Amino acid sequence: MADGNMFKVEIITPDRVFYTGEANFIEFTTASGDIGVYKNHIPMTTVLAPGIVTIHEAEGTKEAAVHAGFVEILNEKVTLLAELAEWPDEIDVSRAEAARERAEERLRNHSAEIDTKRAEYALRKALIRIDVAGK
Amino acid sequence: MASMRDIKRRKSSISSTQQITKAMKLVSTVKLQKAKTRAEQTTPYFDYMYRTVSSMLAKSNNIDHPYLTSGETPKKAVVVITSNRGLAGGYNTNVVKLITGADWKKEDLDIYAVGGKGAEILDRRGYHIAGSYPEIMEDPCYEDASALCKKVLDAFTSGEVGEIYLAYTHFKNTVSHEPKLIKLLPVEIPEETEEDEDLVMMNYEPNETEALNMIIPKYVTSLFYGALVEALASENGARMQAMDSATSNADELISDLTLKYNRARQGSITQELTEIIAGANAIS
Repeated sequence: MADGNMFKVEIITPDRVFYTGEANFIEFTTASGDIGVYKNHIPMTTVLAPGIVTIHEAEGTKEAAVHAGFVEILNEKVTLLAELAEWPDEIDVSRAEAARERAEERLRNHSAEIDTKRAEYALRKALIRIDVAGK
Repeated sequence: MASMRDIKRRKSSISSTQQITKAMKLVSTVKLQKAKTRAEQTTPYFDYMYRTVSSMLAKSNNIDHPYLTSGETPKKAVVVITSNRGLAGGYNTNVVKLITGADWKKEDLDIYAVGGKGAEILDRRGYHIAGSYPEIMEDPCYEDASALCKKVLDAFTSGEVGEIYLAYTHFKNTVSHEPKLIKLLPVEIPEETEEDEDLVMMNYEPNETEALNMIIPKYVTSLFYGALVEALASENGARMQAMDSATSNADELISDLTLKYNRARQGSITQELTEIIAGANAIS
């Protein structure tokens, strides 16, 4: 792809700078749905939902799981501030599976309101991990 | 003059203390390295968060948001970050002094203490400890910070407290740490000089209020997390320094005592000789 379409992408988590690089297209999940960003997007700040980030680099794509945070989109730069981000090979699938089962179990015998919310969140996190790792 | 035996005993006790302080110094040096790297890794996230929030607030002056106005009660929540262990020089007392020295009424404060030492000292002085979390300091992680943040923010949104402060030790570099007291909520809009990047019109999705709702807790959490990590580095730095000076003080004491011991030894030999000579003279 033409170099003119590249923009900077940064993914920063509290523990490290997770990713910096150039991409021509990036997809991620926001609170109001999945969006894709090309260069020269209007400046926007939006809330990240747990989901998969796909970074389309010049030579191939990269995927990672991110959980909660927000994104700042500028014309030539996209910055994701995530509380937690993982590459597929960092994910412990068996642990994610166990977490999924636990969350599903909790959702089946739902007790208090807050519990359901937490379990749903945990379930989503686990599903994304499994999804990313499985690819 | 103390007897030879006393001096010897004192010397050996000091040198075993010195061994301990030396070992502690080594341990805290290693821990400091680890904590320092961690603190450095946190900085980009924290900086970016701070920049985003301040630019957001600078551009949305007219916004009326609960997080931007103080509550009606005079009560304040203060999160105090200290260590669990002592022997770190003035590390803990310096943080506590920020609170005792501030111009606040005791009864207006709710202390959320991270680290056992701060909780102990403030409790003894009659402050109200709303929560104590010594376990966080053992190995602070982001989840701890976010759990703590949730508790404090709940107190803020329910109107229990009107303002939130954070007292911790800022890690400047290995030898210099500075106790700091900062106001977290309501967020104060920094008086920024208008820079060119501020001209960018930022859109918010879903909208500004929602975005603030979501970002401010994250901002507070990141401040907590940054403070925890820096405090850990400062703690180990302070302990390293304290133990270093303890070790060199012990060295000084030992050399002083060695001198005294040798003098006493020589004195006793001289005395013995004099006695023998006097005895021999008496016989002849």
